[in-house]
Formats: sequence, structure tokens, C-alpha cells
Amino acid sequence: MNLALFVVVLLTAIALVAIVLILSNLLAPRSFNKQKGEAYECGIPTRGRSWMQFKVGYYLFAILFLMFDVEAVFLFPWAVTVREVGVMALVNVIFFLVILILGLAYAWKKGALEWK
Amino acid sequence: MFDFSVVTEWVDEGLRSWLPEGWVLPVEFFLIGLCLLVAYAIIALVLILYERKVCAAFQCRLGPNRVGPWGVTQSVADMLKMLTKELIKINHVDRFLFNLAPFIVIISSVLAFGCIPFAKGLEIIDFNVGVFFLLAVSSIGIVGVLLAGWSSNNKYSLIGAMRSGAQMISYELSIGLTILTMVVFSGSMQLSTIVESQAEGWFIFRAHVPAVIAFVIYLIAGTAETNRGPFDLPEADSELTAGYHTEYSGMHFGFFYLAEYLNMFVVASVAATLFLGGWMPLHIPGWDAFNAAMDWIPSIFWFIGKVAVLIFVIMWFKWTFPRLRIDQLLRLEWKYLLPINLLNLLLMVVVVVFGLHF
Repeated sequence: MNLALFVVVLLTAIALVAIVLILSNLLAPRSFNKQKGEAYECGIPTRGRSWMQFKVGYYLFAILFLMFDVEAVFLFPWAVTVREVGVMALVNVIFFLVILILGLAYAWKKGALEWK
Repeated sequence: MFDFSVVTEWVDEGLRSWLPEGWVLPVEFFLIGLCLLVAYAIIALVLILYERKVCAAFQCRLGPNRVGPWGVTQSVADMLKMLTKELIKINHVDRFLFNLAPFIVIISSVLAFGCIPFAKGLEIIDFNVGVFFLLAVSSIGIVGVLLAGWSSNNKYSLIGAMRSGAQMISYELSIGLTILTMVVFSGSMQLSTIVESQAEGWFIFRAHVPAVIAFVIYLIAGTAETNRGPFDLPEADSELTAGYHTEYSGMHFGFFYLAEYLNMFVVASVAATLFLGGWMPLHIPGWDAFNAAMDWIPSIFWFIGKVAVLIFVIMWFKWTFPRLRIDQLLRLEWKYLLPINLLNLLLMVVVVVFGLHF
């Protein structure tokens, strides 16, 4: 039942965008102008394309994010059972988290968290 | 307390007596979709007006006051105007990805919106992994933002999208860990079960210190996740024009706008559900007359009231703090919120394991 409802909500979202776009296409005026299709940057003609290699400082953060997000995925099933498992859950997760915190400390020490 | 499943069962029985057997389920699904769309549109319009009125109040202005009494139909008029604006075809964009991006952003926000328990018996998707599902679908939006920036072939869009992506994935971690902290306390990921188990007292009171820390971190991270001020540097208009949606016009832009407001609503309602008891009234053990009086207020008003207060706090942030720089923003997340969050998780486990909560 839930899965069917999930599909219903998904289709609703797609229908919302599609219907509104069709409506907008019907209602909106259209005019042609050579300059209108240009990129909205400075007013002077754009130089070069934006699809090029450039320095992405965020790349390191994306890798660190991957590490911690996978950790969160592992921790969710554990989190549901903490009450039943009791003290052993605490002992086990301390090992898990200490290793992760060491990883964060290593990245910190290496300067991966600095914005350069 | 009024139970909305009475209404849904009544509709179900009515449809069964009216329609042939095979038609009932499709018609019900259609009605669910319609209700969802109407609720989505109304909440978005109300939020836009709410934002403008709150903003005006902070700046000692009146805000919109011409269209309708006290300007209440201003946002409806704005949406109609936006609907009649031309969708400009830009020459050098990647057309397929450019048109796909609004779909992804809207899908993510509608799916997240569909999981929220609004009132007793008023909830569409109720997975047993509800919170996890919500976290998963709301992070699809990042893909939409990155696609929008990349496909626009515009330097402002590209830089805005990269900033937005870095900010959203970083703060996603804090959101995930605070939700994890509350899942440790509640022992369930199903949103309806989480709300039911707060009948005796809201989690923020029952789990005291770790819950309050998690609540504060969740609000900060949620504000950043929805790209709102003071974390709105992906669309810092003085340096990046309009960030990742610079090239979008008309209703295409409207979708990003809608999704931004709805994401704010989703963040506030998840905070209300996990920390402030969702639609549960305020109960104080031992005060029977007080509890009975609180039960008298319908559950939907409790939910809407809590969400409205939380959204007001999020707007308050915007008009109080100056915009952060990108290095300050990443430092706040990785050097302060994340370590505090991990320690807070351990604190919560200690509280739960040794039974130090109420």
C-alpha cells in the first residue's frame, strides 16, 4: 500500500510540473529577439563556455561527506535497536565512532578542512 | 481528539457504494494526488506571504497591503503573473538537463512533503523507515540544483551550483546525525510511531540536554540546507546575480521558488515532528485538567502552530545575522557542528542505555 502511495505521490509531482508548464506555454506570450538567447552575465558578449575544467575546492568536502554519510547509513539500523541491546550497543558504537573521529582528526590535521 | 481517518473511511465507504469494484482504488489515488497538490500550492502561497509580512515587520514596513484585504491575495496574484511570463529559450544551454532540473527539484520536495504526518490520521506515505526515506528524498534536490547550474552554461550559475552543492551536502550530515540522535531515543523510524510515542511528553522535554543540543543543530543545519539567509550565499545577489537559477525564467524559476519554500516547510515540520511532538498536544503528567483542555484543541492546529513558530524562527535568523563567507560556512559545519554532533550522539546513547531520561 505504501509503495503504491509512493508511486502516486511521485506521479503527482511529475503531473504538477507538466501541467503548469503546459499551462504556462499556452498563456505566455512569445517574442523573438536575437539578444534574448544570450547568457545573462555582464551585458558584454560572453567569452568562452562555462563547461570547462576549473578548480573545485569543494571536491575534498564531497569525499569527506561520502565517508560520513555512509557511516550514517550504517548507524540507522543500530539506532533503532539501542534500547533492546543495552550497554553492548554503547560499547560497540564507541569503537565505530572513535575510528571515524580519528579519520576526521586526520583530515583536520592535514588541512583538508581549510578553504584554500 | 478529532481523528481524520473517520473522514477518509467515510469517503472510502461512499465511493465503494457508488462505484464499481475496480474503480474505487484509482479514484482514491486520484483524490489523494489532488488533495496533495492543493495543500502543496496553498502552503507555498501562504508561506510566500508570511515571509514577506515577517520581513516587512522586521524592517518597520507594512509589506504587501494592496491586493485583497491586508494583501492576502498578493502571492496568488504573483503566481498568476509568473504563469503568464515567457519561458525564454537560451541558446547555449544543455536543453534536456536544463528542462529536467525543475522536475527533480519539485519531485524531491513533493515526496518529502508527502511523508509528513499533519494530524491524527492525516498522513499519506507512512513507511516503517519514514525518517530515513524523508532524508533520502530530500537530498535528491541537490542533484536538481547541480544540474540546473551545470546545464545553464553560465558562470554565475556554475559557481552558484557548486557552492550550493557543497553547502547542502555538508549540512546534510548534520541533519542526518541529529535525526539519528532522535531515532536512538525513539527506537523507531516510522513517523506515526514517533508522534504516538510523544503522547506523554515531547521528546525535547523527555530527552532533555542531548535533545536540546540536537534541536539547535537541526535548526541551524536545516536553515543551511534550504539555502536561506544567513546561509544564502549560493544565491548571494550582489556577487552571483541569482545563483544556480540565473538563466531560468517564468514558471521554470517559479518551481525553484516553490521548492525553496516547501523545503523550508518540510524542515520545520520534521523539527516539529521529531522534537516538539508533531500533532501531539502539550501534556504535563499529573495536570489532568490542563491536559484535557489541551486535548480539546484539534491536532492539525497544534501541528500548523508549531511549524509556523519554527518557520518564524528560521526567518528571524535571516534578518538577524549577516551572510557567512564560504570558508566560514564550511568551518562552522566541519569543525564545530560535526564533532559536537558525534559527541551528542554518544551522550544520547548514554542517556538511553542508563535510563537517565523521563
